[in-house]
Amino acid sequence: MDSDDDYFEAEDESSLVEDEGRVSDDEGFLGDTMIVPDDPLGSGSKEEDVYPFVCLSAEQIVELMLEILNEVNDIVNIPHTTLRILLAHFNWDKELLLEKYYEYDGNPEQIFKDAHVISPFKLKSTCKTKGQSSRTDAECEICCSSYSRSFMTGLNCGHIFCKGCWSQYLRTKIMDEGMSQTIPCPAYKCEIIVDDEIVMCLISEKKVRMKYQHLMSNSFVECNSLLKWCPAPDCHHVIKVEYRDRQPVKCQCGRVFCFECSESWHDPVLCLHLKKWLKKCDDDSETSNWISANTKECPKCQVTIEKDGGCNHVICRSQTCKHEFCWVCLGPWDPHGASWYNCNRYNADDAKKARDVQQRSREMLQRYLFYCNRYMNHLQSLKFESKLYALVKRKMEEMQQLNMSWIEVQFLKKAVDVLCECRQTLMYTYVFAFFLNRNNQLLIFEDNQADMEKATETLSEYLERDITTASIREIKQKVQDKYRYCDSRRNVLLNHVHEGYDKDWWDYLDL
Amino acid sequence: MSTPARRRLMRDFKKIQDDPPTGVSGAPTDHNIMVWNALIFGPENTPFEDGTFKLKIEFTEEYPNKPPSVKFVSTMFHPNVYADGGICLDILQNRWSPTYDVSSILTSIQSLLDEPNPNSPANNQAAQLYTDNRREYERKVAKVVEKSWNLEC
Repeated sequence: MDSDDDYFEAEDESSLVEDEGRVSDDEGFLGDTMIVPDDPLGSGSKEEDVYPFVCLSAEQIVELMLEILNEVNDIVNIPHTTLRILLAHFNWDKELLLEKYYEYDGNPEQIFKDAHVISPFKLKSTCKTKGQSSRTDAECEICCSSYSRSFMTGLNCGHIFCKGCWSQYLRTKIMDEGMSQTIPCPAYKCEIIVDDEIVMCLISEKKVRMKYQHLMSNSFVECNSLLKWCPAPDCHHVIKVEYRDRQPVKCQCGRVFCFECSESWHDPVLCLHLKKWLKKCDDDSETSNWISANTKECPKCQVTIEKDGGCNHVICRSQTCKHEFCWVCLGPWDPHGASWYNCNRYNADDAKKARDVQQRSREMLQRYLFYCNRYMNHLQSLKFESKLYALVKRKMEEMQQLNMSWIEVQFLKKAVDVLCECRQTLMYTYVFAFFLNRNNQLLIFEDNQADMEKATETLSEYLERDITTASIREIKQKVQDKYRYCDSRRNVLLNHVHEGYDKDWWDYLDL
Repeated sequence: MSTPARRRLMRDFKKIQDDPPTGVSGAPTDHNIMVWNALIFGPENTPFEDGTFKLKIEFTEEYPNKPPSVKFVSTMFHPNVYADGGICLDILQNRWSPTYDVSSILTSIQSLLDEPNPNSPANNQAAQLYTDNRREYERKVAKVVEKSWNLEC
């Protein structure tokens, strides 16, 4: 059997990390596809610890917010509106809030001050001082008109404005400036924060209320380290975890992403390196790398020159310069005379340095292009996945016509799933390797990588070509064996990298 | 046509007439209450003393929820004033409060004249001279003071 041969071959190479025998994990895939939330990549890694997470809708986020509010309020017992601002001030870290709240020896005034709210314990006295006689009219300091006091309102800081100005003010802050949790009182130099109750009370326009609520949930999610918005466009779900880690999570919309950095799930490479890599790929800096690797500057006028002939006697084309120099040592041409082959004689330190820099830069470019090509190649192949899914779907329907049951043909879809996972992992292995210095562990890694890549390409070939030609029973056996093998190789590779992270095997380059 | 912004500007005008702040003045242009001309007199005992600096204030219908745009019309040499006369002042940007009015804007700009913030320079040369060569700075300021007397109204 083809895959078994490969399997034993791999085992023979002592450098490979021990396989965990998942090849024989028969029919496990059927179960795997069912328990999606626990095992988003369907990688069959049941032995590993499950990373717990749940996917929340917009309403559930609001519920969660209320839940936290109630929970904390059972302990501190202050008005909800004030508590919400306090919690926001502490980035919704209830433990931190409680710790600080009781740290001040039963005098939490400082916390209220820091969070820009009026202490609910001082409230009555402040109200009294500004209370005045409630029958007279008062002037709104924003529009300078007089209104009856019933039309004026304000926060606990005592600054009151007319309701018209208030709603205009809030509208501007919410719609134009995108503020929610940090809108201050409109009064000059007053930093007291507007609570959600007064906003909802003063704003009647539905659009503004919606935006405000959205901004509130957003700031709740953003400042809560255990919550993350799904990065898919137009998806309004949130993933909630129990502890923060670099782990894959799967949203209801189907997007699988890294909880730590929100990029597509990128095992084995670290978030930090992936970020650097993506930046490098985006930057135009590679163009300048090419320039520095393939050209030299005229030593006199610094214009960039690309040599287009064999002769090393270079004359600068710049009309105002026309400097003659030696391409090899970058020194002036004159003293070279007949014996220019000995231009080591003119090996001035800076000429040598310039050459060293050039050499290094050229090597770096080569190295980058090596990894980049392979990375891009897998990325490109991944983009064809939808096409492949369509092809496989057609094939599956055909097979069902030929007396095969629905359950019997599912192996094809599973095979494409595995193929995509493998491609994605392979893609990121090149990013991983790009940042590493050579050592023995890297050699083992590269063996694993080569083995997995070979198997993945074979599987890809089976799925794209052979399924249309070979007999169905035969191809089913081949495909099943191969994708199980691929999956096991993928786990071996990932486990090796993870073990390396734990045991500090990887020696990072300073790039 | 009366809108909240226009009504408020009428109040601002009334206030600046009834209770004129020292050293500044301002009034709407004849045909448009949304555009004001203003004057700031250089404060005494400062390099700007005796200067009469013209400014233009343009309001939007969102006033007073949004600050107006304020620009010097007279040539100005100051670390926080851009070449086009634009002013870099926190209360005209992020620290704006809708309780400000024309009087408080103008008095704030007046105090900015002698209390520049060289850390957020709008005019690099002015900021540099202000910190490194005060004498040269004052010489340049004296020139704009002199220039401000040629009022072409």
